[in-house]
Amino acid sequence: MALDSHEPVTGAPIGRRVALGLFGLGALGVVAGSKVQDGLIRVLAPIQSNDPTGLSSLFPVGNTFRFYSVASHAPKRRAEDYRLEVSGLVARPGGLTFADLQSMPQTELVRDFQCVTGWRVPEVPWRGVRLSDLLDAAGPAPEATAVRFTSFDGVYSESLTLEQARRPDVLVATSLLGGPVSRYHGGPVRLFVAPMYGYKSLKWLGGIELTAEVVPGYWERRGYDIDAWVGDSNGRDDDATS
Amino acid sequence: MTRPAEGVLRFGPTSRWVHATAGTLTLACILTAAVLYNGSLSNLIGNRHTVRAVHVWCGFALPVPLLLGLASAAHRRDLHLLNRFDPHDWRWLRSRNRRDGRIPVGKFNAGQKVNAALSAGALAVLLLTGSVMYFTQWTPLAWRSGATFTHDWFALGLGLLVCGHTLYAVRSPVALRAMRTGSVPLAWARSEHGAWAEEVAGPSEKAVSAGE
Repeated sequence: MALDSHEPVTGAPIGRRVALGLFGLGALGVVAGSKVQDGLIRVLAPIQSNDPTGLSSLFPVGNTFRFYSVASHAPKRRAEDYRLEVSGLVARPGGLTFADLQSMPQTELVRDFQCVTGWRVPEVPWRGVRLSDLLDAAGPAPEATAVRFTSFDGVYSESLTLEQARRPDVLVATSLLGGPVSRYHGGPVRLFVAPMYGYKSLKWLGGIELTAEVVPGYWERRGYDIDAWVGDSNGRDDDATS
Repeated sequence: MTRPAEGVLRFGPTSRWVHATAGTLTLACILTAAVLYNGSLSNLIGNRHTVRAVHVWCGFALPVPLLLGLASAAHRRDLHLLNRFDPHDWRWLRSRNRRDGRIPVGKFNAGQKVNAALSAGALAVLLLTGSVMYFTQWTPLAWRSGATFTHDWFALGLGLLVCGHTLYAVRSPVALRAMRTGSVPLAWARSEHGAWAEEVAGPSEKAVSAGE
């Protein structure tokens, strides 16, 4: 740097060394950070899951749900006001209440929940109606090949091929973590697509529409993979969740 | 009889502009980071796609004012002074009564120098790790996980630095005004940055009369 010649240069350039040292540490963190993180998670997970204050979740580590919403606020709907519209290429379109869903055969699943941004919650218990049962009841038309889901947040949407939607580990979930699906978890009813990344498990499920072809969902129009298999999409290699 | 307080120039227009723009961008990054990171705030604000875009682009914009500032010789000189630590700085950092004026303090005290160095390093790391996270096709997944982990912890560290920086600033109205208007009263400069005051305004009257 050019300095006036009459200015004496005094002292060691410690500031630059500290900054460069930090930068080196950061670069090391990029290369080795995931190993450090795995170790920290092993140590901290038991503490975080038993922490009544919730303070430990302020630290940037750990296997806990993070809540993402793309709408301006999380919609609020009571179970008794809930209605699920089934429409599109089906023989029997119509609406289902929360009680209707609860009167159908219930399936329980315990699966890891993997987000495409990296966090994973181990062994989450889910309960609800198999999507395939709902589809059978509605009677898809021969030309239907895909299912489109809409959220009553008014913004979010998702989709599956009919074949994916018929898998036994795809639920219309009415219970999560042993209780009702809370508002911020997407209650009272949300989708759970066990073998795929979390963005497929649409929250605040409001509509199911049978379509002639796959309509890309909210994040898929923003670059995410349409077939979102955990460990085999979005450039990630996580352990499969199904 | 009261004379108008003598003022000395502490920060030139470039330094003030760099501070204002980089500070605003940093603040925007911190606020959007809080929304992206904290579950309660995420639920309150929503609009994740927009919040993320603001965070990312304010982050990428941050180096621009810092680099543009280098065009000014006065600003380069401030950076030079922040960079150099002399033996007094080490004594200042170790001293319990560092503010009593017995250790000569130049334009920046050692605490300000440490803050500048840590902030600069942390910003560079956040920019690096943020880029690794944003350009997903550039690096393998393990690096992206490592970058996310590093980004989180350095963000926490920089957040604490910014809190400390802000706390010291609001406790010193003169310093705060200096960043806005550029100048400080000579008396303040003599008490807080004695060696610098002597450099820009000569020895104090007290010292001169004592020497006669």
